[in-house]
Amino acid sequence: MIFGKVMGTVVSTQKSDGVQGRRYLLVQACRPNGDLLHECHIAVDLVGSGHGEMVLLSQGSSARQTQDTYQKAVDCVIMGIVDLVEEKGQFLYQK
Amino acid sequence: MILAKVIGNVVSTCKEPKIEGIKFLLLEKINPTTLQGQGDYLVAMDSVGAGTGEVVFYVAGSSARMTAVTEGKPSDATIVAIVDAIEIDGAYVFQKDRNDS
Repeated sequence: MIFGKVMGTVVSTQKSDGVQGRRYLLVQACRPNGDLLHECHIAVDLVGSGHGEMVLLSQGSSARQTQDTYQKAVDCVIMGIVDLVEEKGQFLYQK
Repeated sequence: MILAKVIGNVVSTCKEPKIEGIKFLLLEKINPTTLQGQGDYLVAMDSVGAGTGEVVFYVAGSSARMTAVTEGKPSDATIVAIVDAIEIDGAYVFQKDRNDS
C-alpha cells in the first residue's frame, strides 16, 4: 500500500462497469510524513475520506478484493484513513 | 485509475484476431491541476466511446479486462470513464464543454 492525500473529486457520468454510489477521488501520493509526491491517482473511496486527509491506497488487482469493487474495472481504492504513522517511537504523522 | 487525455487513434489491421473490432485510442497522461500532458503516451482499449480531445481515466493491469468490451481480451489498459468535471480544493479545474480542451 502507499500513502496519499485526498486532493479532490473526479466526476464522471459515462462509466463502464464502474462502482455505483461510490466517489472517485483524486489522491496525490505522499511520504509517510505527509510531504506530497508527484504522482496522482484516481481511487474509489470506500471509507468516506475527506478533503486533505491522509489515506491508504491499494493498487492493482488487489483493489478488486472488496465488496464494492469485486470484479469491477477498478485498480486503485482508498481502503483506510491514516490516524497515525510511527517510526522508531517517533510520530511522523498524526491526524 | 490514471487521468489522461485522448490524443488520437491507433489503427492496426494485422493483429491478434481476438482484438478484432475494438477501438484503440492514443492517450497522454495529464497532470490533474494543469491538465497538461507530460509526454507519457500509451494505447488503451476504449470501452466507453471516448473521442479525441476528451479527458478520461483508464484502468491498468488485470482490471483492464473487467469491462464487457475487454473481457477475456489481452488488454492491460482500458478507458473506463469520460470525465465530466474535476474538482480540486473546492474549485473546478476542469468542466467538460466549458474548457476548450
